[in-house]
Amino acid sequence: METIIANRPVELNEQGYLLNMDQWDKEIARSIAAEEDIELTDRHFEILDYLRTEQEKGTALSIRRVGKSGVVDIKEFYQLFPNGPLKKASRIAGIPKPASCI
Amino acid sequence: METLEAPVKDKKEKKRALKKLMIINSKATVDSVYAALILANGARMEGLESEIFCTFFGLEMLQPKKMDHLHVATVGNPGLHIPTMIGGLPGMETLASTMMKREMDKLDIPPVSEFLEIYKASGGKLFACKLAMDMFHLKEEDLWEEIDGVLTVGDFYERGQKEGTQILFI
Repeated sequence: METIIANRPVELNEQGYLLNMDQWDKEIARSIAAEEDIELTDRHFEILDYLRTEQEKGTALSIRRVGKSGVVDIKEFYQLFPNGPLKKASRIAGIPKPASCI
Repeated sequence: METLEAPVKDKKEKKRALKKLMIINSKATVDSVYAALILANGARMEGLESEIFCTFFGLEMLQPKKMDHLHVATVGNPGLHIPTMIGGLPGMETLASTMMKREMDKLDIPPVSEFLEIYKASGGKLFACKLAMDMFHLKEEDLWEEIDGVLTVGDFYERGQKEGTQILFI
């Protein structure tokens, strides 16, 4: 469905994930993050950039892989994106919901 | 067209019924330990509180010397489709366990020691059963140093008093 985020029309799926990651920008990220009660810092954006780069490469993202990335450890990942970091960070990064169980 | 605020606000107001998972693992088999870890870690990934309580043979997953050498049962395990007499031959259990771990590695499933690290870093909690430790003559120093404590059954239930808690026995 088409939704307005940060004054831009974007296509979202029914769970609120962007359907097209090219429609993403930092303002959209800030708006989605605000809905999740997260205020984005430069540190958050480093992780969002990593997630988007991995998504472009076609990597199947998991908490384990993020933890091994060298970009962020698992503890900090949970601190930056509380209550479900991989799902929340993916939504804010404008990439699909990861299908990982680990 | 609709704005983002409306659906997300609705979602936020919808109370989540499930808030905390307490998982009891009483076995040392690969399938039992991984079921406990995946459920418990998965709960953290969904933003739920999560605890694992290890009792009886489940204590093996908390022992650094044993945690990465767990086996899958080749006897009394019809799911493996190995005839009982063959499953009982020397080395069969090691062979089946090695094969299963290889498959798990292909799926990016970590070894138990690493999985425990991931789980702890996520804020999940790990407990050992006091009675089972006494039974197996285990001391706290025999267990992984990162565990959150040794509990009696009463302590365990006390931790599950919050509304929205579910207890699972694996």
